[in-house]
Amino acid sequence: MFEVISNQQLATDIFELTIKAPRIAQHHRPGQFCIIRAAQHCERIPLSVADKDSGAGTITTVVQAAGHSTQEIVRFQPGDYLLDVVGPLGQPTHIGNPKYAAFIGGGFGAPAGYLMLKALKDAGAELLAIIGFRTRDLVIYEEKFHNVSDELIVTTDDGSYGHHGLVTEPLGERLANGESFDLIMVVGPVVMMAAVAEVTRPYGIKTLASLNPIMVDGTGMCGACRVTVGGQTKFACVDGPEFDAHQVDFRELSERLKMYQAGETQAYEAGPHQCKVEPRYWQVRENDG
Amino acid sequence: MDNKERMQLPYQEMPELPVTQRLAGPVEVNRGYSEQQALAEAERCLQCKNAPCVAGCPVDIDIPAFIKLIREKRYTQAGLKIKETNSFPAICGRVCPQEQQCQEKCVVGRAGHEPVGIGHLERFVGDHLIAHSQKPSRAKPTGHKVAVVGSGPAGLTCAGELAKLGHQVTIFEALHEPGGVMIYGIPEFRLPNDIVRHEIKSLVDLGVQISHDTVVGRTVTMDEIRGEMGFEAVFLGLGAGSPRFLNIDGENLRGIYSANEYLTRVNLLQAYRDDYDTPIRRGQYVTVIGGGNVTVDAARWALRLGAQTVTIVYRRSRQQMPARIEEVRHAEEEGIQFQFLTQPIKFIGEDGDVVGMECIRMELGEPDASGRPRPVPMADSEFTIDTDLVVIAIGARVSPLVPIAVPGIELDESGHVIVNPETLESSVPGIFAGGDLIPGEETVVRGMGNGRQAAQSIHQYLIGRD
Ligand SMILES: Cc1cc2nc3c(=O)[nH]c(=O)nc-3n(C[C@H](O)[C@H](O)[C@H](O)COP(=O)(O)OP(=O)(O)OC[C@H]3O[C@@H](n4cnc5c(N)ncnc54)[C@H](O)[C@@H]3O)c2cc1C
Ligand SMILES: Cc1cc2nc3c(=O)[nH]c(=O)nc-3n(C[C@H](O)[C@H](O)[C@H](O)COP(=O)(O)OP(=O)(O)OC[C@H]3O[C@@H](n4cnc5c(N)ncnc54)[C@H](O)[C@@H]3O)c2cc1C
Ligand code: SF4
Ligand code: SF4
Ligand code: FES
Repeated sequence: MFEVISNQQLATDIFELTIKAPRIAQHHRPGQFCIIRAAQHCERIPLSVADKDSGAGTITTVVQAAGHSTQEIVRFQPGDYLLDVVGPLGQPTHIGNPKYAAFIGGGFGAPAGYLMLKALKDAGAELLAIIGFRTRDLVIYEEKFHNVSDELIVTTDDGSYGHHGLVTEPLGERLANGESFDLIMVVGPVVMMAAVAEVTRPYGIKTLASLNPIMVDGTGMCGACRVTVGGQTKFACVDGPEFDAHQVDFRELSERLKMYQAGETQAYEAGPHQCKVEPRYWQVRENDG
Repeated sequence: MDNKERMQLPYQEMPELPVTQRLAGPVEVNRGYSEQQALAEAERCLQCKNAPCVAGCPVDIDIPAFIKLIREKRYTQAGLKIKETNSFPAICGRVCPQEQQCQEKCVVGRAGHEPVGIGHLERFVGDHLIAHSQKPSRAKPTGHKVAVVGSGPAGLTCAGELAKLGHQVTIFEALHEPGGVMIYGIPEFRLPNDIVRHEIKSLVDLGVQISHDTVVGRTVTMDEIRGEMGFEAVFLGLGAGSPRFLNIDGENLRGIYSANEYLTRVNLLQAYRDDYDTPIRRGQYVTVIGGGNVTVDAARWALRLGAQTVTIVYRRSRQQMPARIEEVRHAEEEGIQFQFLTQPIKFIGEDGDVVGMECIRMELGEPDASGRPRPVPMADSEFTIDTDLVVIAIGARVSPLVPIAVPGIELDESGHVIVNPETLESSVPGIFAGGDLIPGEETVVRGMGNGRQAAQSIHQYLIGRD
């Protein structure tokens, strides 16, 4: 059982949950994610760790209530218990020693970059962050990115805030002007990650994309998360989730994400589930906090 | 009665759910012997002095002795007799490949009759124990702490044996429910989850603690387990749960599952139920690739999820199928079709979804490393199977998490943990391993045997430290 400490709505359909999970908070490294199963009947949903506080034993995740399962998660209020939170999963980001690095984030994917940037800053890198959103109302984590980057550019597709246009535009301009980066990291919708990969490819700049395929166990047991990287099948939950963006087959990834699209629209519509705190038969002690 | 007369006694068939009632859901197909049937079947045993059947059992159950106790209607004692070497008779009685193990060696069978139904009898006794179970008394604590990683048959058995010796045991399990393959893989219509849950509950009653949602190497590290958490010895039962794929064109199309994913969605995550959110594709024309228990399980689930046709595609012939014979028979009764000597070479997609599979016919050649005839492709024999859902069940490899869970542990070239065969100790002192994680038969009973053997070694190891 994992207690929800706070649940704040950041924008339309976007919620920031802070959850008590001391072991995950202690072991989490930038780039790793967790899987939440909110209640007995729920799916196991992979979510990035947007922030953490190892002292308080909490992790923070920013959830876009995209469909049925994420909507269930964001219903949980402070004092409620999520049934299962497991992690940290996946390989940590290999930070290395870059002098100048950029993070490109899109939509609810942006918060996933916060801890990466923090680690890069600690490693002494100079940092550019470009975070993009559809419109002004959806802009999140601006303040936090401001604090960890040397330069922050916010873009909106409709021009209602910051730079008018897509994240690839300011990035492309910088590169065209001869700026060079040792590392570029990108997290966001598949189309955006694919576009960033194309922008950086001609310059041969190392570009890492954090992929978001459908997952089940997150331990390499099911293969649901398989992605093609450099012509080879990889399991994103154990080999990734970060891969060389220039090698990733983004088209396949976006096709695979549609696995349940037809079904999900007719998915059973349950009313709000009240999750009762029912200890499991084998549960002889509090598991994680 | 002399042996000749006993051999003439009729074999007791396992009562089965009629085919017409099977497809509605995951109800167990084998219904279990009645007491009369168990008594009648027990009469068929010749009580052989040298008991060749025992040599066929990987955990050396004293088969004639437990059958004798059944004859005397001392079912609880019969159960305790089995439990001397096998902790979970209700499970092994259901899923052991008996026809290749104990029953294969049975004298009655060798004489041309149906062998004694050892598995069915074991299940009868196991179910009796469950129905009449009492809370076990806990052993006097020794003060030693042991960690078990993974809660499949190997881990559970090891934990139970150590708890009976008074050691304090904690199981760390990555998933949200313990049981390993017995919970996430093997379907309810063969092994009801409640049986596995009952056995796990009895371990908890013995004092075993279970920490689920705990990925060793990620949520806790081996250094912590052996350091600040104070565990003196560790048993690794992480299994071999990472699916293999064919590595052919189109394998990542939508509608192509690994058996592990497909079965986990239905068994662990209950996708067949309306009150669970788990999505699953329900194909109309389902193809399952492989020839083992996993293949047959996935195929039978597909039927229960409403498929019109389900075809098993296997590259060798029927005789080489490693699946349990009973399961193959059930599958046939239920209407599953087979394409033997057939190998997929390419998947065909339409807008990202699988719609077909190109195959090639095989013929059997010289024996390969496994001793079975090697399937060889036949020239110009390509043909296409229309299919909208494919499940790949061609085996698994050791979890990629093993080197992360135990950095520096020695593995063989196939990724299995190398152990001392006598003690099951790995290259890291104090860390033992068993089940599918170490080389050998991938069966529930072998895992249980390893778990017991490792528990003995761990006990010695702990005593040595006193
Ligand atoms: C490593 C990783 C990190 C992620 N981090 C975040 C995060 O920080 N915040 C956030 O809001 N989302 C994150 N996601 C995506 C999130 O898991 C999906 O949005 C979510 O699973 C969609 O479920 P749904 O039922 O609400 O939505 P629907 O769109 O209704 O989903 C339909 C079905 O498809 C599957 N599915 C669809 N899209 C995805 C997807 N992108 N990933 C996994 N399964 C999917 C689900 O099984 C679901 O049943 C992450 C995904 C991964 C793999
Ligand atoms: C569908 C199917 C049908 C089968 N049918 C039969 C049958 O009829 N008869 C038979 O004898 N055998 C059968 N088998 C094989 C049998 O199930 C296995 O041989 C047996 O389960 C292996 O047991 P194990 O204890 O080694 O591991 P598993 O049962 O594989 O359990 C391993 C456990 O370890 C956990 N784990 C892994 N990594 C970590 C980690 N880092 N930290 C914590 N936990 C971890 C896993 O989540 C899992 O729960 C079948 C297998 C499958 C998949
Ligand atoms: S455990 Fe398996 S092999 Fe041994 S007697 Fe029972 S059914 Fe036969
Ligand atoms: S070999 Fe067959 S007949 Fe003989 S003891 Fe074993 S089960 Fe009984
Ligand atoms: S999520 Fe199952 S293997 Fe990656």
